[in-house]
Amino acid sequence: MTSRSKHHSVIRAAMLAGARDTFPLLVGAWPFGLIFGALAVSGGFFSPPGATAMSALVFAGSAQFIAVGLVAAGTPATIVILTTFVVNLRHMLYAATLAPHLSKLPARWLLPLGFWLTDESFVVAAKHFEESRSDKNKHWYLLGSEIAMYSNWQFVTWLGILAGQQIKDPQSWGLDFAMVVTFIGMLVPMVKGLPTLAVVLVAGGAGLLASGLPNQLGLLLAALLGIAAGVSAELIWPEPEAKP
Amino acid sequence: MNEFLLIAGIAVATMATRIPVLLWLSRRKLPKGLFRALKYVPGAVLSAIIFPAVLLADGKLALQADNAPLAASVIAALVSWRTRSLLLTIILGMITLFLWKALSPA
Repeated sequence: MTSRSKHHSVIRAAMLAGARDTFPLLVGAWPFGLIFGALAVSGGFFSPPGATAMSALVFAGSAQFIAVGLVAAGTPATIVILTTFVVNLRHMLYAATLAPHLSKLPARWLLPLGFWLTDESFVVAAKHFEESRSDKNKHWYLLGSEIAMYSNWQFVTWLGILAGQQIKDPQSWGLDFAMVVTFIGMLVPMVKGLPTLAVVLVAGGAGLLASGLPNQLGLLLAALLGIAAGVSAELIWPEPEAKP
Repeated sequence: MNEFLLIAGIAVATMATRIPVLLWLSRRKLPKGLFRALKYVPGAVLSAIIFPAVLLADGKLALQADNAPLAASVIAALVSWRTRSLLLTIILGMITLFLWKALSPA
């Protein structure tokens, strides 16, 4: 094998690993995408090309859902845009977490990796990045995960848009719960010690208390309190698998 | 406002949270304390989404037995804890939800 084709097979392996580790989340995105597509067009809030464009250009499930909800409630466009910005602020924390692993990459790499960054690819990549020693090929792994998420999302929202022209009441199927159960399956394995348990309990409890705040600000506040609880708890009880 | 202007606005608002921080922080080192805090971000965000979604109905605590999402969430958390399998967690959680809804008196 020449060194060039060897290099190619290493890249292919990294991308495939990223896509493979993302697979359960691809399945988890199906109910979301179907419901988003169906809701967006069945109420006549977005045209089918508009809903398609939103999935292609925004590519953020919760922001897309909220946009449909706000448009349905007759919210002015500037408020819709501002609200989606606030809901998306968590991506800044994701980008800040991944960035140290993606140093020395040129902008032509960071622009697409940023454009395609979602909760799902972040969780998968953050786990992988923390476990692997070398920074080599991490960008290929993330790219594989992101392309898998993106193509899956385009396909499944397109199905939802098709179905939306038939289905009357998609939420009554209880499919919106699929998001919650997916998140539970992601959260539980993260709890490895008292600090992460403190994060879960404080962020969850604060989320309950602050749920009345507008524009998902309660979510941001609860997350910040949970992070503070984790950092404080770590000073007293170090995480068992803490790295230097 | 025009539908496509609205979508373009949402797209820009989303990308503004994804790209600049990645460009900026890949060129410099974060303080160690901040880096330690960032590893708690996913768990904190997920908890802040899950707890209200499962435990609140119309802004009030809903701990009664006919809260099918609560029952399904408890089962899902147990399955995830024992198996660490995301797919199994989703499947058994959804089955519990549908069974609980079907079996509890309306």
